[in-house]
Amino acid sequence: MTPLQTLPDWAATAPAIVLALTGLLLLLIDTIDPDTSNNSLLAGTATLGSLAAGGIAAWFLLAGTGMEETGGAISLYGDALVVDGMSLFFTLIFTSVAAMVSVASYDYLSDQRYQGEFYSLVMFAATGMTLMAMSNSLATVFVSLELASLPSYALVAFLKKDRGSIEAGLKYFLIGAVSSAVFAFGISLVFAVTGSLVLPDVAAGLSDADQLVGVLGLGVLMIAGGFAFKTASVPFHFWAPEAYEGAPAPVSAFLSSASKAAGFAVAFRVFTVAFPLDIVASLGGGGVDWSILFAILAVVTMTLGNFAAATQENVKRMLAYSSIGHAGYALIGLAAITVDGGVANGDVLGASMAHLLVYGFMNTGAFLFIAMVEKWGIGRTFEDYNGLATKVPIAATAMTIFMFSLAGLPPFGGFVSKYALFYSAIESGFWWLAAVGAVNSALSLFYYSRVVKAMWIEEPSKPLEIGSQPVGLYVAVIFAAVGTVLLLPGFQPVIETAQTVAAALF
Amino acid sequence: MIIEALIAVTFLAALVTFVLPDRYAGKAAFALSLVPVLGSLLMWQQYDASGNALLGGNIAFETDVVWLQLGQYDLHWMVGVDGISLPLVVLTTILTTLAILSSWTPISERESQFYGLMLLMEANLLGVFTALDFFVWFVFWEAVLVPMYFLIGVWGGPRRKYAAIKFFVYTNIASLVMFIGFISLVFGLGDSISSLRLPEIAQALQAGQLSGFAGLSASALASVAFIAMFLGFAVKVPVVPFHTWLPDAHVEAPTPASVMLAGVLLKMGTYALLRFNFTMLPETARSFALPIALVAVASVIYGALLALAQQDLKRIVAYSSVSSMGYVILGLIAYTTYGVGGATFQMVAHGLISGLMFMAVGVIYNTTHTRMVTDMSGMADKMPVTAGIFVAGAFGYMGLPLMAGFAAEFFIFKGAFESTVMAAMPLFTGAAMFGIVIVAGYLLFAMQRTLFGPFEFDGDYEITEAPFHDVAPLAVLLLLTIVLGVQPDIFFTMIQEAVNPILELGGAF
Repeated sequence: MTPLQTLPDWAATAPAIVLALTGLLLLLIDTIDPDTSNNSLLAGTATLGSLAAGGIAAWFLLAGTGMEETGGAISLYGDALVVDGMSLFFTLIFTSVAAMVSVASYDYLSDQRYQGEFYSLVMFAATGMTLMAMSNSLATVFVSLELASLPSYALVAFLKKDRGSIEAGLKYFLIGAVSSAVFAFGISLVFAVTGSLVLPDVAAGLSDADQLVGVLGLGVLMIAGGFAFKTASVPFHFWAPEAYEGAPAPVSAFLSSASKAAGFAVAFRVFTVAFPLDIVASLGGGGVDWSILFAILAVVTMTLGNFAAATQENVKRMLAYSSIGHAGYALIGLAAITVDGGVANGDVLGASMAHLLVYGFMNTGAFLFIAMVEKWGIGRTFEDYNGLATKVPIAATAMTIFMFSLAGLPPFGGFVSKYALFYSAIESGFWWLAAVGAVNSALSLFYYSRVVKAMWIEEPSKPLEIGSQPVGLYVAVIFAAVGTVLLLPGFQPVIETAQTVAAALF
Repeated sequence: MIIEALIAVTFLAALVTFVLPDRYAGKAAFALSLVPVLGSLLMWQQYDASGNALLGGNIAFETDVVWLQLGQYDLHWMVGVDGISLPLVVLTTILTTLAILSSWTPISERESQFYGLMLLMEANLLGVFTALDFFVWFVFWEAVLVPMYFLIGVWGGPRRKYAAIKFFVYTNIASLVMFIGFISLVFGLGDSISSLRLPEIAQALQAGQLSGFAGLSASALASVAFIAMFLGFAVKVPVVPFHTWLPDAHVEAPTPASVMLAGVLLKMGTYALLRFNFTMLPETARSFALPIALVAVASVIYGALLALAQQDLKRIVAYSSVSSMGYVILGLIAYTTYGVGGATFQMVAHGLISGLMFMAVGVIYNTTHTRMVTDMSGMADKMPVTAGIFVAGAFGYMGLPLMAGFAAEFFIFKGAFESTVMAAMPLFTGAAMFGIVIVAGYLLFAMQRTLFGPFEFDGDYEITEAPFHDVAPLAVLLLLTIVLGVQPDIFFTMIQEAVNPILELGGAF
């Protein structure tokens, strides 16, 4: 008996509802007493809200909601939303990142204005991401994408006295607006060809598309462009380093982990459900084989991200580029899908989702460590990080774990999730994609270990003054580090769930 | 469960030590590290394995549960020990405890981090010697690098950054090469295996399940895999010409890290060679006997000659490790019960003796702040106990009878002379035996110039006898060296039992 068999269907959207209500509650709290914002109350509410949403998602997932054996995916509002294992899995990623970011923001925002607005924007963006993962219609995809994006633009420009933050926000907004337009146009082209916006109906309408393959191909390409923007993949990646560098570090953490995962959530669902490869690739006139498109994007994205990261002198910018590199790894999930893949398709998509979950912990943790360093006012370059470990050994240990895990070094979660991803790609016959990924991964050790070397081995280039001990940031960073370590021995339930829910899409 | 408990306790000890204040860290780490020592001795006492773990033998303290189900190959958490791994487990725990004790004097900054990393390394080393699933083993294998990188990079000598990075890059690339070699074997085995458990893979290979892959025939694939794995492990051992990272790492590393590096980390290479190359692909190994024997002899002679040319005591000991590990390779390729058994025995013996020598050099350095042979003379007058143990250790290194080094070298030479892998084996053995003469040469030379003669010292430090906690680990190691030399059967019987199944495969019987 799953919880939802005794509840009305709309209760399945509970994680999104809880996040939205938390956002509203935060505004209410701030309205009651706008002059003296109680930072700890706000941060606490935001954290509890995200944890509650995550808890509900985990409960639903464990109870088998939306899985085959409990009656399949729950479809709502004329198929516009669908709650299945995949949307719940991604909700877990968003909410855990949102919780870590909320806890960490407590310290980061302590001397900023508009605290209530900040937390509620985070909550509304998380709501948008959760809806993105549930979207089953191109219309809801577009609306929820905008719901996630608009708060993000404001969050990036949150430090309104800081030129970098404003510039980043503007850049992010402009590119976001353009890619939204491209995306919307792509949707209209697909609608023109298939006569539907609901994903399964789009797939059904494809059989009539033989005459309009060119239009369909253009539509698919434009939709892919919209996702490339959201996931910071080549060629729509230019905003990412600027936005991540200029934004407040907790926002960078939020965008590069949760927002990116949301982009992948939609991409996975839209391309597997609306444009099943076996149908679109067999259309007349050569068909629309999007797996080749994603294979090229994956290779270019990971290589470009890695090489650009290797040349940076600024740690935050390095992480921004490395985050582009990781988008490339996650794209393997779509690229390695084959027409007659069967089980292997679900495996590789699931491995990609599992990697995004592990990435949610290690990347958020890394950006939050940077937030901590920014809070101390130490500086942003590798050189500024010199000798940090002598002052803050525990935080530096956590950062070391994130760096080595992002590089895919064995004792951490990033190793096993990359192994699963590359292994699944080989299983699907894409050994060359796995090889490019593995080589990139080995190269990435170079720039990740620079941070480690600076913190532990170099002598401080200037006297280090660690003023405060930010409790919230510490809690979030250590939570992320423990998660990153424990995901190595505890990877089995993650990959098993991810692959099961991914298999349901095929 | 005892193996899991041992690893878990050591990890926890590392965590506890890491967060303790500096002034308690050393003593706490020492006390905590006694738990794994007791655990490993308990394992030894209750040891009931027979045969070789990879070849269908009875494995002691075995755990085998599915950890990760992923596509065709399940990943198992499989650990256990046989006669080859148990001596190395015991060596690891004892040497770590003694190395921690010997760190009290030289380590004076960021102590809790130092001791935490030492214990973290111990936990990972225990994992390397007990894991019987390739994936688990590889996780531990790579995880050993991380603490060692920091130990050299943070607490090392003046060129520590260079040495740490060289160590990291060399051994990490070697691991990748090895990984590719092993994975190509797995692909060649195809559907005949369902997991990466080493026993399953070894047995599938013996059953002739290897088929070609990617245009290579089965035997070519075996050769490619053998070469890739050999190269990967050879860097770790290290054999000439892949040894250049070792003197840098050794000279820059703080004494306790050198002890762990020479005493245990180098054994990971030879242990893996024995487990992977020589157990899984015996026919291929025999077909490569000539080049392997060549690099073995080259390591012995060239390492010894390099040691002869050094003026730095620590460099002398470091290069002599290259030489001693060459004997291990010679014993392995001999494919006789005394050869392979002696090689395994030498891993333990060299662990004890090289640990002893590095510690002794460290104790001298703590007092004199120099390691250059030319800077001192007649130290025995001022620090007689240290000098006495140094001399005894050097005799052990030279292979004086009733010391562990003698037993090990004797077994290896006996095995190598009996070897039938190729006709020229006695010739190689004879050449390698010449190494003993050079070893005796440089050790006597170094001792004569530093310890004996009239007291002279170019420095401003007062030379006094080392404190008790510096000398105690030396004495323990010396005692163990003698015990193992007088009574090699405490390990050798169990080693032989685990080695013989390998030889039956290799066709030596």
